[in-house]
Amino acid sequence: MPAGIFVSGDRMADISLSGGPRAVDNIQSSYLEQVQRRRLYGGLTLLIFIVLMAAGFNVADSRNAGGFWDGLHQIGDYPSEVLSEAWDKRADLPRLIAKYFPALVETINIAAVSTLIGVAGGIILSLLGTRGLAKWPRLIPLFRRISDIMRAVPEIVIALVLIFILGGGPVPAMIAISIHTAGALAKMFSEVAENADLKPVEGLSSTGATWSQRMMLGVLPQVAPNYVSYSLLRFEINIRASAILGFVGAGGIGYELRNAMGWGAGRFDEAAAIFILLFSTIVFFDQVSSRYRNRLTEGQGQ
Amino acid sequence: MTATDLSPTKQEADKLFQRKRLIGFGIPAVVFAYLVYIFFAFDISGLAGRANLDNAVTLASDSWSHKIHVTRDNRSGEITYAFEGERKGRYPAGQRPDWVSGDEIIEIDLGADHVVRYLPENRTEIEVPGFPKIEVQAEGRSLTNNLPDDLPEWISASNRRIGITTEEGRITLTGARTEVFNYFPGWELFWFTLDSPYYGHSIGSILFGERLDPARSNITGAVSDWWNNKMWRHKDVAWAIGETILMAFLGTMGAAMLALPLAFLAAKRFTPILLLRAVTRRLFDFVRGVDALIWTVVLARAFGPGPLTGTLAILITDTGTFGKTFSEALENVDQKQIEGVSSTGAKPLQRYRFGVIPQVVPVLLAQILYFLESNTRSATIIGAITGGGIGLMLTQAIQTQKDWEEVAYYIVLIIVMVMFMDWFSGWLRGKLIGRKD
Repeated sequence: MPAGIFVSGDRMADISLSGGPRAVDNIQSSYLEQVQRRRLYGGLTLLIFIVLMAAGFNVADSRNAGGFWDGLHQIGDYPSEVLSEAWDKRADLPRLIAKYFPALVETINIAAVSTLIGVAGGIILSLLGTRGLAKWPRLIPLFRRISDIMRAVPEIVIALVLIFILGGGPVPAMIAISIHTAGALAKMFSEVAENADLKPVEGLSSTGATWSQRMMLGVLPQVAPNYVSYSLLRFEINIRASAILGFVGAGGIGYELRNAMGWGAGRFDEAAAIFILLFSTIVFFDQVSSRYRNRLTEGQGQ
Repeated sequence: MTATDLSPTKQEADKLFQRKRLIGFGIPAVVFAYLVYIFFAFDISGLAGRANLDNAVTLASDSWSHKIHVTRDNRSGEITYAFEGERKGRYPAGQRPDWVSGDEIIEIDLGADHVVRYLPENRTEIEVPGFPKIEVQAEGRSLTNNLPDDLPEWISASNRRIGITTEEGRITLTGARTEVFNYFPGWELFWFTLDSPYYGHSIGSILFGERLDPARSNITGAVSDWWNNKMWRHKDVAWAIGETILMAFLGTMGAAMLALPLAFLAAKRFTPILLLRAVTRRLFDFVRGVDALIWTVVLARAFGPGPLTGTLAILITDTGTFGKTFSEALENVDQKQIEGVSSTGAKPLQRYRFGVIPQVVPVLLAQILYFLESNTRSATIIGAITGGGIGLMLTQAIQTQKDWEEVAYYIVLIIVMVMFMDWFSGWLRGKLIGRKD
């Protein structure tokens, strides 16, 4: 076939007429072969995936205290008990919500403070770990590893250790969430900062600005919308995290929830009040933050 | 340009500057005021009083060292030698550490001239350099001693209990028993416990040396003794990590499989019926809003503690998150490719398969793989609540408040596990949809 291309005039038409169908056949068969091979690989991957899922499910099922099929029809039992009891005592519900509101405020405060501290830490770590911006370019890998490790530690690990040393209360949760937030944001921030325009930084350094001035005036204004958007997302995540840490003893609404659960039947209305508070808080902050984030990223597109 | 033309512009600029200044000073001021409020709300000034520095010291020293207990039961007179004072770390009968000597009088040499002697009739002698010899007699439930009235701060004494902390080790005496703790660096018994024939042998002698246990070959024996190590429980730890990763894997993949069809229902382009769309979206918001914590609590009631409960909690919560992001990805699908496919006479299902799926798969896969890593962390946390995986082992080890070397070991394992999953999901993403840059 390639030989035919270089032949001019009516010879070429001749060749392409006679050679055409055969070549198409060739292409078609090799294409079909390729498709078949792809289908085979795809099918095999799918099969392995299904086997893994099924086997994994069976292992999880066998190592669980109660089986899946036995438990399935009981899923509704606890919520319906809680709801029916809460409904019976619905007159009392506003009082309970007011009672647990301070605990909720504590949970939100933990999330807010640790987001603030985490953002500050994340900005510093990200600027020190970004090529072109770092104060000490040789130490970039060090700061990256530090933020990797801070990101990898689940909050509960630090919280439990700190609860042992500092005693229960909001401070261990605050420190634990701050550390994780700083690590997680450092990665996202540094991805944004990598794409920042370096011209303002160069301009500033020509005026003799120090590193921190270059970063404050040259880089941060460029990346601020993205940083704020990521921070809002993180705040949302941190509210959930701070509720969970309360459950292991770090104060706030999670702690109250564990106590309320421990009382069992008869006091389900308290659990219901906490469920309502937690649910509405999460949904509220979710909606607010997603609205502001949309606005921030929309503004950037223009 | 004349002056009259400029003045409104200048005014506007001035206003803008004023606003900028207000924001520039206002936001830090608000943040500062908030932090001051938090300082009092969280009672940070009282933190120093609540903090237990002894705990911090124990944690810091125990996490990289181990101690051997030499215990005399003052009722039976029996003396035991055990790692960390645990039954499973006991020296077999007839064996004892080489820094202990004597038969009638047991002499414990803690090093640097610190010597403790267990004398007959429940008497104890303690020699610490630079301090007169301490003698203690245990009688019934009380102790008599020759300690001076003003004690240095490393000795605490009452007539029930005496505690002496030196740099070489710790001694506690009560009526019921006398105990000496001798500290050594390192994680002892990490490879083999004392009852294993391989204890104390180097890798070389196990691999190439003579057969140590007549019944088994060295390698299989050593591996099985290590795997079944009762102190460090390597087998249980491996299972626990497997459970945690399993929870993350099943939860993430299950959520993705559930969320994909639902996301079509929530996307405007594929579901023209407003009601159906709204219902699906509210469902996503609901399961996301209830949050993994409440799902865990509710599901643990139905299924009991274990990995299945954690899996389902992750699965349900993430169905909401995935549903939301997937439906957003589906909204942003390019119409041209679908039109192209339908121009060939493709049926609706084929249009989805060849017109829509190839466009959204990279976005979806990136999302799923990112969540796989993040859910490994969530699974650790959920495991601590509902009882499964490495999270549970960590909480248990912390709650016993003495096995800090195990806590340190688990923390290292958790960090390695999460970093591995991070690397793995990044690698898989690179293989499946290409590198980001």
